[in-house]
Amino acid sequence: MAKVPVQFTLNGSEKAEFIDSGTTLLNALRDKIGDTSPKGGCHQGTCGACSVIIDGELRLSCLTLAETCNGAAITTTSGLSEGGVLHPVQRAFLDTFATQCGFCTPGTIMAAKVLLDHTPNPSRDEVVEALSGNICRCTGYESIIQAVLLAARANSQNAA
Amino acid sequence: MALALQTFATVKDANVALKAQGTCYFGGGTLVVRAANEGDISVSGLIRSTDPALSAIEVTGGKVRIGASVTMAAIARHPDLGTLARAARAVGGPAIRNMATVGGNLFAPAPYGDFAVALLALGATVSTDDGETPIETFLANRDGSRAIVTSVGFTVPKAGDFRFLKVSRVKPKGISVLSIAAMLEQAGDGTVSSARIALGCMADRPIRAKAAEKALLGRRLDQDGIAPALAAAGEGTSPITDPIASAWYRAEVLPVHLRRLLLS
Repeated sequence: MAKVPVQFTLNGSEKAEFIDSGTTLLNALRDKIGDTSPKGGCHQGTCGACSVIIDGELRLSCLTLAETCNGAAITTTSGLSEGGVLHPVQRAFLDTFATQCGFCTPGTIMAAKVLLDHTPNPSRDEVVEALSGNICRCTGYESIIQAVLLAARANSQNAA
Repeated sequence: MALALQTFATVKDANVALKAQGTCYFGGGTLVVRAANEGDISVSGLIRSTDPALSAIEVTGGKVRIGASVTMAAIARHPDLGTLARAARAVGGPAIRNMATVGGNLFAPAPYGDFAVALLALGATVSTDDGETPIETFLANRDGSRAIVTSVGFTVPKAGDFRFLKVSRVKPKGISVLSIAAMLEQAGDGTVSSARIALGCMADRPIRAKAAEKALLGRRLDQDGIAPALAAAGEGTSPITDPIASAWYRAEVLPVHLRRLLLS
């Protein structure tokens, strides 16, 4: 299998690798680059555990081919905290006990982050809609919804 | 996974590459990469084109042309496609909608392909480098289709003429039990003058409910007026059975949901 070059920005850092053509972004991130924050759940585009943000849009890294991301800016959960300080969404997930086994959490946090990036003060319905592609088998979702609403409130208080 | 992706600047060159055995067109990845991840080894080479026309939406004089690579998210947020936003938002969650394309939706097997149901009700045409094909013909022959779909075209429906309903068990989003799209025009006296009704999950691909369409002509959209259409709704259907619902269940609930759509 021919190797192809890929180059993109991952959480603000330039990354360049040679990968097998047809490698998914999920496998490239986890196996080549060492960012294991996106999780491989269903590999079918159903669970959302592999969600990442590519050029400002939420995407599923399990269905994205890495070589289509050349030149893109990719954000994963591992790049959210700054200087040891958790991102407000991460902080809110802890404060509302919105994570149990934790497997879905990185993908859900990315879905929440992209929502708040575009809609800083979402309604509950907007939160539910934004998380509709992320499956959680532990929490029953309510604590996750509360976490996103809490993060939105925290952001608006910080902005005031 | 042993897939090799080849990228071409033009659709013409991509069409030539697609002639090779074991190749498949790569749009948003939600169908072909999913199949590869599931273990489908029938495809070894993926072909894509980065032609900008594939990603364009043109609205001129009441006519719409949507490039095959346009995503569901792009349609949902387009200011001139508000009547179709509901159908575009019916596809997957936010991440899927940022990836799933119009062209891919035409090939999505039931229970997927909700947007193609809407396009069928709109009487869209499907374009390739070989020309335009009515969507009904295209869907019937899609299994043997090799030419890359470049765009779909249709006339923008008047507000209120187009209706769309997706039924799923999981809220707010889930895989379809069934989906229904209807293009209904009414005469000045309120009777139906033309009707195109499309059904999803009532066969292996979107189909027209022609008996119901015929039964609606000249009738009012009220309880009595739609009764013959509801009775005929299942005619010619062959619902799928999957983990979401059995064929029996889908056949049983089709008239219920068609009634809700027609009276909405």
